[in-house]
Amino acid sequence: MIQIRGLTKIYNGVPVLNGIDLDIEKGERIAIIGPSGTGKSTLLRCLNFLETPEKGEYILDGKTIDVQKANAAQIKEMRLRTAFIFQNYALFANKTARENIAEGLITVRGEPKEAAFERSDAILRDIGMAEKADAYPASLSGGQQQRVGIGRAMASDAELMLVDEPTSALDPEWVDEVLQLLTRVAQAHQTMLIVTHEMAFAKEIADRVLFMEGGRIVEQGPPEKIFTSPDDPRTRSFLRKVL
Amino acid sequence: MRALNLDYMLGLVPVLLKYLPLTLGMASLSMILALILASLFAIIRVVRFPVLDAATRLFISFFRGTPLLVQLFLFYYGLPQLFSFLTAIDGVTAAIIGLTLHFSAYMAESIRAAILGVDRSQWEAAKSIGMSTGQMMRRIILPQAARVAAPTLINYFIDLIKSTSLAFTLGVTELMGAAQKEAAGSFLYFETFIVVAVIYWAVVESLAFIQTRIENRLSKAVSR
Repeated sequence: MIQIRGLTKIYNGVPVLNGIDLDIEKGERIAIIGPSGTGKSTLLRCLNFLETPEKGEYILDGKTIDVQKANAAQIKEMRLRTAFIFQNYALFANKTARENIAEGLITVRGEPKEAAFERSDAILRDIGMAEKADAYPASLSGGQQQRVGIGRAMASDAELMLVDEPTSALDPEWVDEVLQLLTRVAQAHQTMLIVTHEMAFAKEIADRVLFMEGGRIVEQGPPEKIFTSPDDPRTRSFLRKVL
Repeated sequence: MRALNLDYMLGLVPVLLKYLPLTLGMASLSMILALILASLFAIIRVVRFPVLDAATRLFISFFRGTPLLVQLFLFYYGLPQLFSFLTAIDGVTAAIIGLTLHFSAYMAESIRAAILGVDRSQWEAAKSIGMSTGQMMRRIILPQAARVAAPTLINYFIDLIKSTSLAFTLGVTELMGAAQKEAAGSFLYFETFIVVAVIYWAVVESLAFIQTRIENRLSKAVSR
């Protein structure tokens, strides 16, 4: 569905992504694990053009986007094809839960308001947040905010969800409800790229696990393989520390 | 010390109040125009549009760096000497233009600071769902910045209302101009100007009352 070729991102002379090649198949759920600061989140941010990579290509249905020469239309296409779920939820603070989910439909996709709100309400019911439709983010718990964040991504009907450490900012009591919701979204064969430190979740949800270190994909494979008998000593050493 | 002429003062109130609509009209129109202009300037500065940014900085520097009275004289008495088509401009229009430009320079800086104060995650979330810069500003960033900037902007509006009194130097008979004429006729300067002062004061106080309500409304999104 999306092929990434030679993706390179450099911060202040230091390469954070070192020529990443990755093919993402439709319906695939890929978990990215690895030590902090190895470019996992940067990879997701580059795909959504929240960062402009220095080099590389995205290939979508045979169309190639050169990341350095991407024009506004190509950037918008990538953003519409991908939906970002942020570590800190990043709900629009001036919008209610219902408006947060409907915002992209109304503003970006030009849907009529009523239709967008109907869709939003349906999603709110689905994620168990119907009674909070008119609540502003500031009055919601972290877990509730992240569920609305996931709802916003669901509304976009994006081919690829980019999920960036969805539970890292949460108090432990809210982690489960968010992971359960994400698991449910994943079970509907939503294509997902998930950066996570929750290894049990990665094992449960992913078809494929990538281990990244130093801006490179060190090793990848099915979760049974990566979590039980990884080939690379770096993967083994990382998993020993976190499991 | 002589006694105050209370009858004169009471009689003066309705006479002067007839000029209040002009004062408030000039202030409101200038405020609206200044807000629009200031928002544009602030966005230009935040987004750093190449040439416009430098021009905006020069504009702000000039209008903050020179007295309002000098600017008003420049517009009303000065510019028509260079550009003859400006001779048709009347005092009210000149005052509105002067007040608009002057206050937009100040307000641009407050709005800019408020925009920069909006959390980075709000910009990223807006971009990530595919919003254009304009959509992001209008729907997400400016409404949040408005809440932060509101108290300062209302202070500028208060200052602006009082600054309309300078329009009398351009021959405009607004509140202050009318008072000036009354005082010149009655020679009761103290009585006249204390009445004017109280009228301005009452207007500003009622605005302060509205201010609280506006701020409460704008903060509904952040209150629990």
